[in-house]
Amino acid sequence: MEIAVVDYKGGNVQSVLFALERLGAQATLTADPEMLRKADKVLFPGEGEAASAMEALRAAGLHEVLPTLTQPFLGICLGMQLLGMHSEENDTPLLGLLPFNVQRFVPDATHKVPHMGWNNLQRLLGPLFAGLTDADHVYFVHSYYAPVGDYTTAQASHPAPFSAAVQHCNFHGVQFHTEKSGAVGTRILANFLNL
Amino acid sequence: MVKKRLIPCLDVRDGRTVKGIQFEGLRDAGDPVSLAARYAQEGADELVFLDITATNQRRQPLTDLVRDVARVLDIPFTVGGGISTVADVEALLMSGADKVSINSAALARPAFISELARRFGSQCVVVAVDARLVDREWQVMTRAGTVATGWQAVHWCREAAELGAGELLLTSMSHDGTKAGFALELTRAVSEAVPVPVIASGGAGQPADFTAVFRAGGADAALAASIFHFNETALPALKQYLHAEGIAIRL
Repeated sequence: MEIAVVDYKGGNVQSVLFALERLGAQATLTADPEMLRKADKVLFPGEGEAASAMEALRAAGLHEVLPTLTQPFLGICLGMQLLGMHSEENDTPLLGLLPFNVQRFVPDATHKVPHMGWNNLQRLLGPLFAGLTDADHVYFVHSYYAPVGDYTTAQASHPAPFSAAVQHCNFHGVQFHTEKSGAVGTRILANFLNL
Repeated sequence: MVKKRLIPCLDVRDGRTVKGIQFEGLRDAGDPVSLAARYAQEGADELVFLDITATNQRRQPLTDLVRDVARVLDIPFTVGGGISTVADVEALLMSGADKVSINSAALARPAFISELARRFGSQCVVVAVDARLVDREWQVMTRAGTVATGWQAVHWCREAAELGAGELLLTSMSHDGTKAGFALELTRAVSEAVPVPVIASGGAGQPADFTAVFRAGGADAALAASIFHFNETALPALKQYLHAEGIAIRL
């Protein structure tokens, strides 16, 4: 199986590569449109700030390539958010693959921002979450979120529910870090590779 | 809801030696990779490596070690100690660290925090703050706690958060190593002053100390070293205890 990890200098991809390695999967870090098109699975990690990430995608021409991909595709963290329409983070237009607008959490006395740490998943839907329950925890670190909508395949709360995972056709996204979420994250990653 | 985190801290030297457990025996000494994996398996919510190597030759061994640990670790992994340039941070992140912890370099030049946050994102910038109680005021210390900075802890923590720190690692030097419990008032004061998560460090001795730092201290996470290394308090038992105490914890 050919696995491509999108290389757009969009943050720390090493953890994702190591997680794939632990699953015995061979992955290639690439920005080459042909390699992305012919891969069996595409992972799209992301960290940092939305506007500079979109800028990096445009600079590599990937803003036009990624939406045309047809194989199972997984956006992770910022990589999930970039699938939406628009982000409040520096008023940034996104890839427009899923109909959500990314918003900033508002901190209160007991809810810090970034939302950082292990939170449980709720209302799990679809094959990515096969074998998991809403008692399972995954690791989040983000200050912006996608609201809950028809596209939501898992929720978490901080304190209001938000999209922990989304899907439209072949495009999947998880707000949490599968690669840093222990056995639960490994299972989700394995489920994705089995799609 | 997001859970309170327990974070074992390993001191590493020359890229391999683990301080603390050396006293225990040779079982894990020199093999921080297997110790890291064991903590992850026991339910550690994150892991912190603190490089205490005192030479300038440390970067290569440290990045090699970080790579070896990151390869086996499926939980978040923070590396700190002597980080002073963007290149230091880049090398550690490229090796598989998820966050870096900076201390003296941020105090020497606070704009360093913003530079890292812009370049790599706030999520990977932990600002470590060493505070000491002097004349009933919490003073921020630098250079491994040897030099007073003139900053009051709450003020510096607020500044660091505004500059882009994604998290604060707050150590009470007045409590560190005493095993008499965490600095609850300091932790509470900082936690209420900043919007970002606060990791409390220094003073862990008993399971009840963790209940206190999460409840009275308002900490989001607690870091400890010796009580985990010496197996005085095993992680699984501590987590069960905190759960029974009604603390939100990942089991």
